[in-house]
Amino acid sequence: MSQSKPHISVQNLNVFYGDTQVLKNVNVDIPRRQITAIIGPSGCGKSTLLRSLNRLLELSDGVKMSCKILVDDVDIMDKSVDVTSVRKRLALIAQSPNLLPMSIFDNIAYGPRVSGMSWWNELDGIDRMVERCLRASGLWEEVKDRLKTPASRLSIGQQQRLCLARALAVDPEVILCDEPTSALDPISAQHVEKQLQALSMDYTVVFVTHTLRQARRIANNVVFLYMGEVVEQGLSEAFFTHPQNPTTKAYLDGAFS
Amino acid sequence: MKNKRRLEEFLVTVLMRLATFIVVGSLLIVLGIVVAKGIPALTLSMITQSSSGGFYMGGGGGILNAIVGSMYLVAASITLAFLIGLPVALYLNEYAGRSKMADFVRLCLDVLYGVPSIVYGAFAFTLMLLIGARASLLWGIITVTLLVIPIMIRGIDEVIRTVPSRVREASYSLGATRLETAFKVITRQVLPGIVTTVLLALGRGIGDAASVLLTAGYSDSIPTSLNSPVATLPLAIFFQLGTPYPQAQERAYASAIILLGLIVMLSVATRVSTGRFSKFVIK
Repeated sequence: MSQSKPHISVQNLNVFYGDTQVLKNVNVDIPRRQITAIIGPSGCGKSTLLRSLNRLLELSDGVKMSCKILVDDVDIMDKSVDVTSVRKRLALIAQSPNLLPMSIFDNIAYGPRVSGMSWWNELDGIDRMVERCLRASGLWEEVKDRLKTPASRLSIGQQQRLCLARALAVDPEVILCDEPTSALDPISAQHVEKQLQALSMDYTVVFVTHTLRQARRIANNVVFLYMGEVVEQGLSEAFFTHPQNPTTKAYLDGAFS
Repeated sequence: MKNKRRLEEFLVTVLMRLATFIVVGSLLIVLGIVVAKGIPALTLSMITQSSSGGFYMGGGGGILNAIVGSMYLVAASITLAFLIGLPVALYLNEYAGRSKMADFVRLCLDVLYGVPSIVYGAFAFTLMLLIGARASLLWGIITVTLLVIPIMIRGIDEVIRTVPSRVREASYSLGATRLETAFKVITRQVLPGIVTTVLLALGRGIGDAASVLLTAGYSDSIPTSLNSPVATLPLAIFFQLGTPYPQAQERAYASAIILLGLIVMLSVATRVSTGRFSKFVIK
């Protein structure tokens, strides 16, 4: 773990789907402006953990959860906290691109518009804001001449980068990605990985992945989940070269996946 | 074995085509008869003049009063039903969630949809007697609104149910509230389905005679206020068919052509004017 105080601190997270407990007493610290990877075999609760971070999980039917999630020492699970502001601070990028039924331009402008944000207005107007977000996600050159066309006409790889641009438009602190490259071809995946690495200069990035190599390539920190429990977490280098826990060792050796 | 499956495929295809043919065929026969019987009586004065007493005995005049009456009635009823129906459908899906209450509301609406239109007419008529109201455009609008509300709500409700949850999630994860998600994202996504539903409701509303018989009354002039009785196309057809005069009966078929033409025009106009939005829909 880095020396400074964690940006996000998850404390005693328990999640139930009906009667099944999918996350058991999870405690995770996520450092600021670094890339943290959540890894583990399928069904271990990676996505559930990620989706509880921006309180999207509680929208699903039959979910019960209890925990404290401190973001800069403020508990975002507290009743007094406005959930829409939480979701803006911690932007989520889904596994497969989830576009809004609108044009490319409106997909990006939607977030700032609904929240009545004015930071971009004061700086340079909505057009420039859209351009800046598209440049940051590496999509600008490809779409600058067709901003008013339906977003659904883009290729899957482009759609995923549009989702990234859209997330940046609400000026988040944290970017959460749920296997952001699993639906993409290798070239597009590489694109997205590069963007995430660049973004970690300014944002805290948390991503879920099932490919160890990807985690090793771009993550500074790793959280290993198994059967709903955190088995091991720490700096990426130490985690991959000197795993402490026998389960981690077995997983890294490919004993199960 | 291979032959058996091929035979199955063949037979089923034939049956499906036959069923489609029966549906389209009977529709064409209905249209054909109406057109064949109505065309000779269809004149320009039918749509430019209102009826007079002599009209029902084969004299001059037209059914402009009924055309305009039906348009007034249906425009107001569909607008009202939509304004009431859309929020209900959004509420059932975006707010009520998977609750017993929502299922109960759906059940009620399905039952209401099955209620014959004459019952709506009788119900409204009872209310009118109770408060001493006379047949009028206003009461016609109220009755037709009640008549089309179930199909309006359930139609929109069913298309909203098909919205993929990831569309909803996209909106929520950008910090939108339920209200913003419902009106800015969900309604856009289901717009083509909403148009279809409105057209279905319109078809039911404009073509129904029983609900307006006792509530809207009939009049030979175009209504000047909500309190005047109003003529409608289905009743114009009904009354002309009911006369013993062949000229008037022919004009009943001509009126039916006008009613059909009106529905086609409204459908096409609605589809064209909303078509450009459907390209944004997420598949």
